[in-house]
Amino acid sequence: MDKRWWPSLAVLAVLPWIVPSSYIVHLMVQVLLWSFIYTGWSLMGRFGLVSFGHGAFMGIGAYVVVLLWNVYGLSPWIGIPLGIVLAVAVAVLIGYPCFRFGIAGHYFALVTLALTEVVRSVIVALRDTTGGSLGITPTNVLTDGTTWSITAVQFADKRVFFYIALAFWVFGIWVWHRVDRSMMRYAMEAIGSDEQASASVGVNVTRTKLTITMISAALTALGGALFGQYQQYVNPDTVAGIGVSLQIVFAVIAGGMFVRFGPTVGAVFTLLLTEGLRVGIGNKINALDSTIYGLMLILFIIYMPTGILGKWFEKMRGRDGAAHG
Amino acid sequence: MQIFDIFLLETILNGILFGGVLALLALGLNLIFGVIDVVWICYAELMMLGMYTVFFMHKTHGLPLFAAFAIGIAVVSVLGVLLHVLVIRPVLASEPINQLLVTGGVLTFLQAAATLAFGIDFRNLGVSMPSLVLGEISLPWSRISAALTALVAMTALFLFLKKTYLGTAIRAISQDRAIMPLMGVNPAKIYLITSAIGGGLAGLGACLLVLQYDVHPAIGLTFGPLTFMVCVLGGLGNMLGGFIAAFIFAQLISVGGFYFHLEWGYVMAFGFFIIMMFVRPQGLLGVK
Amino acid sequence: MSAMLELSDVSAGYGSFQALFNVSLEVNTGEAVAVIGPNGAGKSTLLRAISKLIDVTGGSIRMDGRHLAEVPAHEIIDLGLSQVPEHRRLFPRLTVEENLRMGAYPLAARARFAERLAMVYELFPRMKERRDQAAGTLSGGEQQMCAIGRALMSGPKLLLLDEPSAGLAPVIVQSIFDMIRKIRSEGYTVMIVEQNVRQVLKVVDRAYLLEVGRIKLSGSAAELLSSKEIQKAYVGL
Repeated sequence: MDKRWWPSLAVLAVLPWIVPSSYIVHLMVQVLLWSFIYTGWSLMGRFGLVSFGHGAFMGIGAYVVVLLWNVYGLSPWIGIPLGIVLAVAVAVLIGYPCFRFGIAGHYFALVTLALTEVVRSVIVALRDTTGGSLGITPTNVLTDGTTWSITAVQFADKRVFFYIALAFWVFGIWVWHRVDRSMMRYAMEAIGSDEQASASVGVNVTRTKLTITMISAALTALGGALFGQYQQYVNPDTVAGIGVSLQIVFAVIAGGMFVRFGPTVGAVFTLLLTEGLRVGIGNKINALDSTIYGLMLILFIIYMPTGILGKWFEKMRGRDGAAHG
Repeated sequence: MQIFDIFLLETILNGILFGGVLALLALGLNLIFGVIDVVWICYAELMMLGMYTVFFMHKTHGLPLFAAFAIGIAVVSVLGVLLHVLVIRPVLASEPINQLLVTGGVLTFLQAAATLAFGIDFRNLGVSMPSLVLGEISLPWSRISAALTALVAMTALFLFLKKTYLGTAIRAISQDRAIMPLMGVNPAKIYLITSAIGGGLAGLGACLLVLQYDVHPAIGLTFGPLTFMVCVLGGLGNMLGGFIAAFIFAQLISVGGFYFHLEWGYVMAFGFFIIMMFVRPQGLLGVK
Repeated sequence: MSAMLELSDVSAGYGSFQALFNVSLEVNTGEAVAVIGPNGAGKSTLLRAISKLIDVTGGSIRMDGRHLAEVPAHEIIDLGLSQVPEHRRLFPRLTVEENLRMGAYPLAARARFAERLAMVYELFPRMKERRDQAAGTLSGGEQQMCAIGRALMSGPKLLLLDEPSAGLAPVIVQSIFDMIRKIRSEGYTVMIVEQNVRQVLKVVDRAYLLEVGRIKLSGSAAELLSSKEIQKAYVGL
């Protein structure tokens, strides 16, 4: 990562000690965690692999960790890697045949949508273990005045989670950056413009797409696991299912799929919208924000398909061009 | 053992009845895709609004059931046209994936707007129909009449597509879009008519489902993914394939739910879908 | 004789690529006119511009004195202009008869569907045999019959044929030109775009030579057939 980001990171790192309330720290943790997940999705989305299956990966990450902890007493330190491995395995199981048989576009989106529904239905169906549609809480070890437990990854102070989330967010941006600068990007762009032609010049289409999908699924499962640990609660509708998949897609499109901080901007934007409506007009039914999301998603795709940050960059570039030319 | 088999038979019969309704829903989506080349991800949400329309017309305004049905179908048909004009038409030249996502936005919007407008309560139309009792098997008339109506509607649509100029043009347009003007066909007009028919079919589906299920803003999520998968399994745009796939799906859900639990029925159906995508990515009847 | 179709200074192209430069030509009632020229000369573009499948960027096209610029693409057929497109472009999964029905889509044509269907079946008895067969399963020559039949179903004043012999076996090509002769004898006005210069010049009254988007030569079929330039470059004697 570029040296000029260090000062901004330092400012971010001291923020939790300056801001007036733990509510704002909470918002920042949310933004960082969702940004991480959105960044994971955009790795695929930017190359035209529009997945509605990320709700599945996130749900797997979140549920595996909580269930292993609750049922077998296995620490999230083991649960998180296992969750990631399972999500990546599922991604390969779905991705390999998809890419091998050239399932793309609508079909890919719908196959991944089916995957999301399978995972959500399995979670609901296993209600004796998972709590079904009511969700489940990880067994709490913060009793008798304990304020933190590394084994259980449970911390009473939100600021601890802030640093965890910040570290992973930076990691996510770094992964995005690496993919952006790697041969994989050129391969994926070649595939995006003409799959058959790029196969004929030696790009292994299946393997390249699969690699991207595995990285993307791993990041999303990791994000899901962290999100579950932070919230200390998982629910099939908030970490799995088509609703989550759509939320991910919307936020990334709003922010900008093709620029590094686009997904982050998307996370900030959607969270500000939700919280603004909640605090601003005392929105109690959790629907006004979604109504506006939906409407804005429609408007964004019609009028601003490159997203907020993408559009801003385009404008800056346009202005530069005008100034120099 | 004897009684067990009777229950299984009843489950299979119920699956067939459900398959009929599912086939009708898939037909509307397939028609839209075949003609306009766009998947209405929000198809089941249009249906949800149709269910509310019927509910309010009948229950709140006290209209006779069939008048409420007629209004429900008309309302969703108009919504289909509005969807096309306001949302689909501006993105017709965009990338296919944007067309898919924009209707995803409509899904979110309609579901949330319905929650705002009607709340999250489950509402029941309160029309109770007797059951047809054949020995030890009992089948609710609401399901039987729904399946029969779906069958009649599908036959009518088939005849329309086969026998009329407009219907022939609707089938032709998916085979060669570019030369339609040479035939004197205005594609924009065909798109509007198809959107109205597709909306009307969703409206009819709403009438049939509102007799069997409670209305709530998220009801679309129960039927939407199912409908897409039926269409994709049958081969998007392939109406006969969708028809067959609907019955397979309905049986998997019905019988799977009978042996295990309703959710496992869905898991089996979706799992079957994923496997079939790899075995026959071009759809059940598709040719590669 | 008055000009039925009249093009003056027509320019057209695809995006920034210009394919036609100030093309002027006319087709009079009752005659058969060919536009000949090498591959890529803009011949098909010319027909697409007449049928408004692409936009005209300059000049004007008139049919019976009416400017086509004022007419939407799908109403061109109502003026009596019917085109058999390049590569035939049948609807492969519709039957032969359904393809013919698509040709009678305009309201005025629907009323006379039965009569014209009988006429097409008389002209091409093979189509009657294959009426319930999917058009995609026909042989190349049969597809061309079906495509011409489809274009005749609207009862056109002027039939536009785009490369009717392209992609067909030599034996079939001969029968295609026989078909065109037959149609001429029915009194149709015909405009043909064709690469098969020698054959087409035997069927038409007049012809234009189009090269790189410009009209290079024009004259009666006999004149062109005996012109040195044509003989050297296209007839290959």
